[in-house]
Amino acid sequence: MDDSSTGAAGTSQPVLSVQNVSYWYGTKQALDDVSFDVYPGRVTALLGPNGAGKTTLFSLITRLFDAPYGRIEIDGRAASDWGFKVLGPLGVVFQQPTLDLDLSVKQNLRYFAALRGLDRHEADKRMDKALTSLDMHERIGEKVRALNGGHRRRVEIARALLHSPKLLLLDEPTIGLDDPTREAIVRHIHDLAVDDNIGVLWATHLFDEVESKDDLVVIDKGRVVARGDVAAIEKETGSDSLAEAFRRLTGHGVGEVAA
Amino acid sequence: MTFLHYFRAFRGIVWRELLRFLQQRERFLAALVRPLIWLIIFAAGFRAALGISIIPPYETYITYDVYITPGLLAMIQLFNGMQSSLSMVYDREMGSMRVLLTTPLPRWFLLISRLFAGVLVSLFQVYTFLAVAWLCGVELPPWGYVTALPALILTGMMFGALGMLLSSTIKQLENFAGIMNFVIFPMFFASSALYPLWKMREGSWILYEICFYNPFTWAVELIRFAFYQKMNWEAFAVVAGCTVVFLALSVWAYDPSRGIQQRKAMGPAGG
Repeated sequence: MDDSSTGAAGTSQPVLSVQNVSYWYGTKQALDDVSFDVYPGRVTALLGPNGAGKTTLFSLITRLFDAPYGRIEIDGRAASDWGFKVLGPLGVVFQQPTLDLDLSVKQNLRYFAALRGLDRHEADKRMDKALTSLDMHERIGEKVRALNGGHRRRVEIARALLHSPKLLLLDEPTIGLDDPTREAIVRHIHDLAVDDNIGVLWATHLFDEVESKDDLVVIDKGRVVARGDVAAIEKETGSDSLAEAFRRLTGHGVGEVAA
Repeated sequence: MTFLHYFRAFRGIVWRELLRFLQQRERFLAALVRPLIWLIIFAAGFRAALGISIIPPYETYITYDVYITPGLLAMIQLFNGMQSSLSMVYDREMGSMRVLLTTPLPRWFLLISRLFAGVLVSLFQVYTFLAVAWLCGVELPPWGYVTALPALILTGMMFGALGMLLSSTIKQLENFAGIMNFVIFPMFFASSALYPLWKMREGSWILYEICFYNPFTWAVELIRFAFYQKMNWEAFAVVAGCTVVFLALSVWAYDPSRGIQQRKAMGPAGG
């Protein structure tokens, strides 16, 4: 449970390696010596309550902030050595919606494809594929403003996949969505990880989004309090469920939805 | 990262800004109506009251509406620079700035691309205004429309870079109106846009000094001289220097390892 890597260690090289990362906002410590790995073809759930440091961690991985303490490697490249180039194999769905509301779905995706250096023909092809897999292709010409929250999220996921990333970061992507939409997105991402061999880091505070086969990193008050597969963590803590294990590890429950 | 990647990203950023501009008809109308009011109403009244002596770059007496046209062009660009700044603050609040900043390209390149997109939008506004001004009888040297273009690109970059720098210091969208009023109106009025500097000096020595050190004055003069196929090197040096300084500070402020952006990129929610 206290290894620096999660369940698939030894089977392949991690696509994301976070090593001893600490971060402060002024005098307030947001992250304290955080370490874990994410492997290709696997979903790693980053489970923690609001304010645990998940979004700060995402900001460091995506280089919105620089990590002054510790080391972050994406696909074997350290951000401190490679700078902005490490972001190449990365796809991100932020907690906060990031689509341009006044542009159509197609225009939003074309803009992103251009930023990632894809030519128009290739971008359109990948766009069709990604939107079709998320049942959103018929909405391609609509303004994002006209879409509901669930559809906007699907478009954001499609966008994050356009450049065939090796690592997909999702920061509480199902917030504010109804249960069927949540379930569909959780299912789709898990299938995607296996089918396309993508490493997924999924930040959440909802237990039912964590599947038993997932790798798990439990974070609380900026510290990793447990790491490993779900069954191992339940066993280590002598718990019958993930919710109970979480309560024992952190002293409080977080899931609004029980597993 | 290949040259093609840079080119496509640049094209994408420009394309998005143009799309957004074309969808904001009110912004386009406001950009035209504001200087036209100055040209048609204000200049018409002052035409009779204020005589302009022969000062460089003019070689003969000119009408007041011809005199204030370069100032109005700079005003269009200043407003556009502030509008771009507002758009960047909006993008940051709406989250779409993150999409840009998590692109595997250097920040300076992304910011300059964004700046250049804003300059293109401002040129579209400027030349539309010049066409309307021509229809209203404002006669400028025909070649001036071509020779002023490099000057307009440079002044557009200076105002865009200023807007970008301001966007890095503004924490919330609501604060923006105050900043705009604080920047735009003093810059415009305390310059040579409405009166020549010698006339300012007659009225107030302190005001003259303020106008002299205002970069807006030099932007106006650079455009004014360029319309008459003349180069004002002093104006060029000030405008180019200010562009470099504003841009360098913006890149610094948006750098992930330091600057103002680091405090704000989190946004309101954080897990």
